[in-house]
Amino acid sequence: MALLEIKNLGITFGGLRAVDDFNVDIQKGQLYGLIGPNGAGKTTVFNMLTGVYKPTTGYFTLDGQNLAGRSPIEINRKGIARTFQNIRLFKDMSVIDNVKVGLNNSQNYSVIESIFRLPRYFKEEKLATERAMELLKVFDLDKESHYLSSNLPYGKQRKLEIARALATNPKLLLLDEPAAGMNPNETAELMKTIRFVRDKFDMTILLIEHDMKLVAGICEKVSVLNFGTDLAHGDTTTVLNDPKVITAYLGE
Amino acid sequence: MKKGMKFNVKSLITIVLTILLYAIIYIMIDNDLLSRHFKGLLVSVGVNIILAVSLNLTVGFLGNLTLGHAGFMSVGAYAGCLFTVKMNLPYFIEFPIALIIGGIVAAIFGVIIGVPALRLRGDYLAIVTLAFGEIIRSIFNNLSLIGGAGGLKNISKYTDFTWVYLMIIITILVIANLVKSRHGRAICSIRDNIIASESLGIDVVYHKLLAFVVAAFFAGVAGVLYGHYVGILKPTTFDFNKSIEILVIVVLGGMGSLRGSVISAIIITVLPEVLRSLSDYRMLIYSLVLIAMMLLNASPSFQNFKENVKSGIDAIKIKIAKLFGRSRSEEA
Repeated sequence: MALLEIKNLGITFGGLRAVDDFNVDIQKGQLYGLIGPNGAGKTTVFNMLTGVYKPTTGYFTLDGQNLAGRSPIEINRKGIARTFQNIRLFKDMSVIDNVKVGLNNSQNYSVIESIFRLPRYFKEEKLATERAMELLKVFDLDKESHYLSSNLPYGKQRKLEIARALATNPKLLLLDEPAAGMNPNETAELMKTIRFVRDKFDMTILLIEHDMKLVAGICEKVSVLNFGTDLAHGDTTTVLNDPKVITAYLGE
Repeated sequence: MKKGMKFNVKSLITIVLTILLYAIIYIMIDNDLLSRHFKGLLVSVGVNIILAVSLNLTVGFLGNLTLGHAGFMSVGAYAGCLFTVKMNLPYFIEFPIALIIGGIVAAIFGVIIGVPALRLRGDYLAIVTLAFGEIIRSIFNNLSLIGGAGGLKNISKYTDFTWVYLMIIITILVIANLVKSRHGRAICSIRDNIIASESLGIDVVYHKLLAFVVAAFFAGVAGVLYGHYVGILKPTTFDFNKSIEILVIVVLGGMGSLRGSVISAIIITVLPEVLRSLSDYRMLIYSLVLIAMMLLNASPSFQNFKENVKSGIDAIKIKIAKLFGRSRSEEA
């Protein structure tokens, strides 16, 4: 059974069908790309998958459980984490605290325990610090752990967002244009990081991307969205060479 | 590294300094070195510190602009003072209970006002909380049970420097501990980016209410202290101006800085008293000084200066810590 199954997913804003009858199956451990021209509805799909929007038609299941229409909080707790197209870090918090916010739900001490600094506070905080540092190390951010997150260079902010999402211990990671605004060197490094994350954390990743080199380089399968509908899907090389897809991007 | 109770040298120094400060002021009071006027000022400063530190939790850490802090203070003040007026228990039983009652009643109102706050942001929330403060004031003005506009009289003057000092410490400890925990991080994350914190599974509703409730609780405690110091509670004391005064303290001290709130509470409370000799020009000069301080506070060179002082203090603490042979300089 697929880890993520999207069935006939659709949403309308007023009279506009932003996404219509969208279907995807993603197997566990897969690196799946979601591409399409600007305004095709890619981020809208992400927003439905993370509970920001409620789909008007269809549903999606994670591990067989229907999560359509649930709140973002519930969906995250069920195992979907995401990054954002326009970086949304907690900018006035330190790098390590950003990751620790992601670890919040794995900690159990109560308000009383934090106010009176009872033993469980120290125990769980120590664990959280260790876990956060481990994650930061994976992304080569451990030396900057006490920097304010807004002081990180752009590429590292993107990495921190991925680390923070991974801290929630998701089954599925959604990356919204991870390479946006990166130069070719940074993109190449990012590709390595994404592959590494998949292997190290045994993660299933769905990503939106405009950089075709990145998509062709790391995604095993892709779906192409155009005007909210599924234009093509399948193996990356086949789809990218599909004349329909090329037309959608470049015009007649 | 030792696990469990971590009383490192840095916090030990803080504890020693805290006790020392208390001892010095207490000895001065005991030997009548301070005027009656100055002693009164100590209490006002203390009450304002508690108010500012607690307001900082909602304004500075949660990032919700609220203008009704005096409303929470008045609810707590009336509840606590009504208790001591109606009951006739011994002072050392009655007063702590009154403080707790004042805090809890204010905290309940914190929930009531926190619920609309879940839906509102920014200027809208500010206006709702402002309205809350005004509603409370007009209700108290017309409630004969608590004396109406004439005020609640015959409140025993229990509040002294020791009580105020103790409450300041408890307030700062609770809020500082809360902020440096998973709950505090969740609260700050809501301030920085609510969409991102929801995407990480942070329960926004719970943490917003938590901040409101804790802030309101201590505003209530401050109110009880105030009532038992003045001896009479009048609704007009807790008007919109009081809320603004507390907000000014928080803004001047820096959003999200507890140390800043304490320092600026002292400055803002003492300043009008220092300027008393100017009589007619007092409020004019006070306002001008306020503007100047805000400008100074916002200037980059002063920010740098503050950073330097902060790191200087930390460096001294670390040096002392090393002097004691135990080097635990981590935990910023």
